[in-house]
Amino acid sequence: MKPLYDLVIIGAGPAGLAAAVTASEYGLSTMVLDEQQLPGGQIYRSIEKSVPENASALGKDYFYGENLVQEFRRSRVDYLSGATIWDIGRDLTIGYLADEQARQVRAKHILIAVGAMERPVPIPGWTLPGVMGAAAADILFKSCDMVPEGPVVLAGSGPLLLLVACRLLDNGVNVAGMVETNGFSDNLKALPYLPRALRASHYLIKGLSMRWKVRKSDIPIFQKAVKLRIEGEDSATALCFESRGKAQRIPARTVLLHEGVVPSLQLTRLLGCEHQWYARQRYWRPVLGDRGQTSVSGVSVAGDAGGIFGAKTAETAGKLAAIDIAFTLQVLSAQERDLAAYPLLKVRDREMAIRPFLDTLFPPGHEALVPPNDETLVCRCEELTAGQIREAIALGALSPGQVKAQTRSGMGPCQGRMCGLTIAEMIAASRQVSLADVGHLRVRPPVKPITLGQLANLEVVE
Amino acid sequence: MSGERTFDTIVVGGGLQGCSVALHLAREGQRVLIIERDSCGQHASGVNAGGLRRLNRLVEEIPLSIAAQEMWHDIENLTGSDCGFRPTGQVRIAGNTEDLESLEARAQKVQALGYQHEEMISAEGLRRLVPAIGNRGVGALICRGDGFADPALTCLAFRLRAEALGASIRQGVAVTRIEQQSGDWRVYAQDQYFSAPVIVNCAGAWGDRIAAMVGDSSPLQKEALALMVTARTPHFIDPVIGHASRKLSFKQMANGTLVIGGALKAVLTERQDDTLIDFRQMKESAETVCSFFPFLDSLPVVRCWAGIEGMTPDRLPIIGPGKKSAGVFHAYGFSAHGYQLAPIVGKVIADIICKGSAAFDLDAFRIDRFN
Repeated sequence: MKPLYDLVIIGAGPAGLAAAVTASEYGLSTMVLDEQQLPGGQIYRSIEKSVPENASALGKDYFYGENLVQEFRRSRVDYLSGATIWDIGRDLTIGYLADEQARQVRAKHILIAVGAMERPVPIPGWTLPGVMGAAAADILFKSCDMVPEGPVVLAGSGPLLLLVACRLLDNGVNVAGMVETNGFSDNLKALPYLPRALRASHYLIKGLSMRWKVRKSDIPIFQKAVKLRIEGEDSATALCFESRGKAQRIPARTVLLHEGVVPSLQLTRLLGCEHQWYARQRYWRPVLGDRGQTSVSGVSVAGDAGGIFGAKTAETAGKLAAIDIAFTLQVLSAQERDLAAYPLLKVRDREMAIRPFLDTLFPPGHEALVPPNDETLVCRCEELTAGQIREAIALGALSPGQVKAQTRSGMGPCQGRMCGLTIAEMIAASRQVSLADVGHLRVRPPVKPITLGQLANLEVVE
Repeated sequence: MSGERTFDTIVVGGGLQGCSVALHLAREGQRVLIIERDSCGQHASGVNAGGLRRLNRLVEEIPLSIAAQEMWHDIENLTGSDCGFRPTGQVRIAGNTEDLESLEARAQKVQALGYQHEEMISAEGLRRLVPAIGNRGVGALICRGDGFADPALTCLAFRLRAEALGASIRQGVAVTRIEQQSGDWRVYAQDQYFSAPVIVNCAGAWGDRIAAMVGDSSPLQKEALALMVTARTPHFIDPVIGHASRKLSFKQMANGTLVIGGALKAVLTERQDDTLIDFRQMKESAETVCSFFPFLDSLPVVRCWAGIEGMTPDRLPIIGPGKKSAGVFHAYGFSAHGYQLAPIVGKVIADIICKGSAAFDLDAFRIDRFN
């Protein structure tokens, strides 16, 4: 450990790993801080520990990550796993917690590669035991070799929902239904983007084969589902909804919800980076240059933390960011930078060609964005319902910050990660303005809780 | 330039002081407009620690502070909300004999002026009041009937009551220029202006800027003061705690969270309209809290934040008429202890405007006292 690094990378997923390898090749003193115990991020989670029996279910896209992790392990990078970031100051002093000890480390440059989180899906009953995110279920499979108890119902929208359905089928789990909130009209809307998506046809092929697998499995599939609601007293017992005007009820012990993933923005928000609203998938993302530069000098972003583009794009973006940082720190000339970046930019453009198509095909369901039911819990930490949020809006709250001041929404330990987007969507819907005009919750440190004792024992760097 | 509307009084700044002034003026039947650059109560008014303290007030403020505390005890009548008011008392702990001497001197000074609200208690009395303190205090200066309230809720309640009484509010509109035009003040805000014969400057940390627009001036320093709040913990303490010589200030809110402050400075951004937390300061504060209450060691800190305060050189607010022109009143520069005074400040300003005089001597708060 040094007090000052050329580059500190936060996150050891594909973007962070690739950036670390590239940066160390350029001779930058580099540190990687990651919250997980092992490198790989969510996509290649626990890849160093994966059991051979699961190889076919995890697929070759997962094992692609082995190489990346091995290269990273061989590189000359200081790597600290199990490190939780709780603050980054504007002077690029990073506060982290590892083994119960709070410390600080300083960086000349920071690369944020913290990835994405599943969009919260606030529907009635979503906090019952037995309900979880589809991506979360996937992580349990990768890291703990666990599959959910059947019968399982999957509900929502997004390619990951399909992927998880296939993994469950491969593991012999009883899947009782696939309830999609998107439908045929979205296929039509996505059609104009299909020609461009053909440039990244491997994704289309993978998608179609997953779709085929679910089709031929005899799982009941519903589309354009509305009025989703989870039944159950102490735990989930069924998913209820309407599809094509008909009420449906599917008994289930596990309900996996998924409405896409959204960038994790706590750190870029904390650092004051400029963000933009991406209406197609309804999330905020930092405004980035070609090589991941944010609006704040000394801060770059790579991977899904900068917008959802997937693992391969993240890896390329990580390399590009490292090249750019090497230039900023005067290790590379502008010409060397451009030469190194050129082929990567071409690769990335090809990979990204699938996105407009995918993002249009799988829009987040409207009910997940603006919960119509007043009883639905929106802020889990402070236990606030959609009705209470609407009341604050009716009293004149114009922004998520004002709703927060009135109701305490977003004041709990999750710092608004769970309710922030929902509240902003509710305000936008009620005021009939764009979400871009509503703004977002302000992030206040510590972005992850640290105890008074840990703070008192903080080892500061000067 | 459009949208002229005529009011009796325009209040610049929708913080707690501005909302209180508007509320009291509206009660007197005035047509009032609040113009707020950001949103009402967004800065120090809505994010301060919420302490309601007569204890250890600067002596010049004591009469106002006593009157304000009486209003707090009846706050629901004034605003329609209890504002989270909890009269738990305030305690200023002496850690050693030196502290004890300074607190005793303070108590004598206040009592010599004829006030009875501050009193000394023994180490034993302190332990009875705050059992969790153990033997880490040798006595204390206390003020019963002091306490705390919820600043965000207070701002909302004052604003809503002012609106219910007919006050208008424009948020997200910054005042750029103020001019006199045939006896009236014209307040320019973005692409419109508003007119009224009287304006009240309640612009808080930006009060000097508004004062300059009407030809008045006062020194004012911006300072960002930071607080941290913990996760909920079982109830263990009633009064608001301060210390005679250490940076200790905290209270347990009704929901079980601890709000910890104590003049912890945050960093103001370059443009001086935003704040950044300095965790070296927070570390010191955490050390102090843990040394007094070791059992809090494992309590998570959930959030830190800071509000921007306007500090005057003598730490007394500026309250009263402008010097350059008639029809101008100032109420700003509360130097990080204006929250408790807000109910009475609104009344005082409204009384001067509507009745020509107030029941308090405001000489110590004159804007030109620094000249």
